[in-house]
Amino acid sequence: MNPIVYAVLFVLLAPVFGGLLAGIDRIASARMQSRVGPPLLQPFYDLGKLLQKDARQVNPLVEPLLLGHVGFMAATGAMLVGGVDLIFVAFVFALAALFLVLAAGTVNSPYSFTGAERELVVLLAAEPFFILMLAAICKVTDASSYQGVLSSAVMVAPKLPGVLLAFTFVATIKLRKSPFDISTSHHAHQELVSGLTSDMSGRLLAYVEMAHWYESAILASFVILFFNWSVPLGLLAFAVIYAAEVLVDNSTSRAKWQLVLRSTWAVTLLLAGGNVLALFLLK
Amino acid sequence: MSFFSKSPWILHYDASSCNGCDIEVLACLTPLYDVERFGVVNTGNPKHADILLITGSVNERNIDIIENLYRQMPDPKVVVAVGACACSGGIFARAYNIQGGIDKVLPVDVYVPGCAARPESIIDGVIKGIGALEMKRKKSA
Ligand code: SF4
Repeated sequence: MNPIVYAVLFVLLAPVFGGLLAGIDRIASARMQSRVGPPLLQPFYDLGKLLQKDARQVNPLVEPLLLGHVGFMAATGAMLVGGVDLIFVAFVFALAALFLVLAAGTVNSPYSFTGAERELVVLLAAEPFFILMLAAICKVTDASSYQGVLSSAVMVAPKLPGVLLAFTFVATIKLRKSPFDISTSHHAHQELVSGLTSDMSGRLLAYVEMAHWYESAILASFVILFFNWSVPLGLLAFAVIYAAEVLVDNSTSRAKWQLVLRSTWAVTLLLAGGNVLALFLLK
Repeated sequence: MSFFSKSPWILHYDASSCNGCDIEVLACLTPLYDVERFGVVNTGNPKHADILLITGSVNERNIDIIENLYRQMPDPKVVVAVGACACSGGIFARAYNIQGGIDKVLPVDVYVPGCAARPESIIDGVIKGIGALEMKRKKSA
């Protein structure tokens, strides 16, 4: 099939995937707290409600920046499965995340501003890793595009177990699971009242939610890269990783951003860096 | 089709309550009552909220805060007064600093009686509030 078809399919189907994942997540979290939890389609109801609600425009910049955030998230995914160079995709991914920080940073409220600063810290912790990860995947498979990696004769995961472990760690942040004092997840009583989105209402908040769904789908696509011989196996691995994230989220509800920044750098450097170094040395 | 009935997000504000009603409001989130079943989220942010749920009565100090919170909520929005204090001033009605129930400052849509209001009746009040939310949305549309 033409890579363009994959790109279009991603843009159309990723929100469905992300929304369902969020629904499953909320039910799983509720069950872990011995509650029943909301219906599976709850994230879609929330999105529909936000679109019907009034949107308070605190300044003329927030909406275009948030549209940029969703747009570039969708573009990242489309470029990823559409066969664009993987390193380039990593940079567009970072740019998409940066738009959210800018949107929150333009608002004059201290909550929003602190949220933006902390999101920046998260970016600082996570983005260098994604570049390292994609570079390592390109290196072991001798390919530079998604399709190239998928058709490679080398299976990535056995070669890069350290990188995969580090990915699991970084995904905790990217899936907005931990730390609690930055995450914009749906838990009651967030520290800083989900600072980042504190001044976004109605459809503005819906954009953030949509972008997050795209982001989940992009992360799932990354996991498939590790299990490049079989897409179902990759999706299964993503399910396992996600289940682990939900468990971590429910058991480390007091992890703070300082810990996350330090530990992410330590873990990614040790696991991913060590793994890549070993590959070079053992050659 | 409207999604308001499926996703009511609540902002809980404690005016001058004795904390009795607040404990009951929080009890609604616990495994026994689990209001998240109805899509309820306790947001803590007026800009995300659809329902302003107030416990306790209006006094000289919090009157501005209550008005401010209400103004910050985007339309459509409803106010649910929980407990005797929020409905009328309750047991504190004649205290020197108390002005009365929440309806002294805001248009209250649902009154939930009780001292303290029981979690079951608070959930009933929220469901009534959802109905009011739907009506307001239809009017503005
Ligand atoms: S109604 Fe009763 S329980 Fe509730 S805040 Fe007033 S005094 Fe306390």
